[in-house]
Amino acid sequence: MPITVKTFTSTQDAAAALSSDRSARYLGGGTLVMRALNEGDISISTVVRASDQAMTRIDASGSRITLGAGVTFARILAERDLGFLHAPARSIGGPAVRNMGTVGGNLFAPVPYGDFTVAMLALDAVVSVQGGLGGREIPIDEFLQSRDRQTGALVLAISFAKPGSPEAFRYRKIARIKPKGGAVITLAVHLPVNGSRIVGARVALGSMAPTPIRARAAERALEGRALDASTIGAAAAAAVDGTSPGDNALASAWYRREIVGVHLRRLLSGQE
Amino acid sequence: MAKTPLQFSHNGRDVAIFVDGGTNLLVALRELIGDMTPKFGCGQGGCGTCSVLIDGELHLSCLTLAETVAGRSVETLDGIKDGPNLHPLQRAFADNFAAQCGYCTPGMLMAAKALLDRNPQPSRAEVVEAISGNICRCTGYEPIINAVLAAASGGRARA
Repeated sequence: MPITVKTFTSTQDAAAALSSDRSARYLGGGTLVMRALNEGDISISTVVRASDQAMTRIDASGSRITLGAGVTFARILAERDLGFLHAPARSIGGPAVRNMGTVGGNLFAPVPYGDFTVAMLALDAVVSVQGGLGGREIPIDEFLQSRDRQTGALVLAISFAKPGSPEAFRYRKIARIKPKGGAVITLAVHLPVNGSRIVGARVALGSMAPTPIRARAAERALEGRALDASTIGAAAAAAVDGTSPGDNALASAWYRREIVGVHLRRLLSGQE
Repeated sequence: MAKTPLQFSHNGRDVAIFVDGGTNLLVALRELIGDMTPKFGCGQGGCGTCSVLIDGELHLSCLTLAETVAGRSVETLDGIKDGPNLHPLQRAFADNFAAQCGYCTPGMLMAAKALLDRNPQPSRAEVVEAISGNICRCTGYEPIINAVLAAASGGRARA
């Protein structure tokens, strides 16, 4: 069935077109929406695009980083100031997917994809959204919890504070196929340290629920403590709390629950 | 529904076609332009056999909305040979038995070309990374990696 393609120069017009039509989807890099169209997804009858340059802008000069929703993973890998995000960007797809897939689209990627969003969740990112009526800034965990209802809104950008030190942000993706493959699980942690104490611990998990989630029990085990063996042990033991992984071809829910603590322990203790 | 006019450069030649809304670039290339070198594999971005270069960058044509290449340069396997002479990568693939059934070969060659255009002397690890989005079920990849390294070193064997 032919699809109507609507391309707008202004994001406001694109957002209005998206919010007024339930069968409209925003087309970013194409790795999700074109895939759905190729599979014959009849729920999509209109594809909306925006050619606004702001959608592909990277602002990484200051302490707060803003990535336009249309920034590709290849662009992130080419950006020296974003070195701490190279591991999550490189863990996605092969080169072609990284040349196409975008930061904004990754927010909507279902399990076993969406690895970059796990990193964004650990960095407490804020998602800038243009709706039919105006713009909003939504904390990323809130955005992910209501993700199914967000398809009518246009994601403009995602922003977050740069980690204070390179060691404060850590990322690990467990995949069966290397170097490319969907995730068994994905982990990202952000551990800002004040003195020797962790203040504002964030632990984000991918493929442990329908959307990336925060492991809040593990965060509580880390908060206010020094990152020593007993703290790491407590966080690892708590990693599985509140998760609801599913079965798929890459791993069973049981397996994911079994390994999440093991990999969190390795990530926190700096093991390969 | 009205078709959309679309013009772009296909292997250095300007082409103009009319596409239905939602047509992907792979369908446009194969069915409207008659370039059968990019193959349909999975339609999901998982296999890489539809890989083409858009403005020199590796893309999956099955996941590219055809309209988005308006005014841009699309390069397929059909365009890499020089008249009757095979491209050095094609020659190396033949010499190193890097094609068995051949279905992945167009995508492998374009992924390898994207690498060598940017990095003429890649390491083995860089070759592995460059073809990591392309699936081959015949060769076990080793002959393909060796072929790309052989092409990179101008046909000389490489340790």
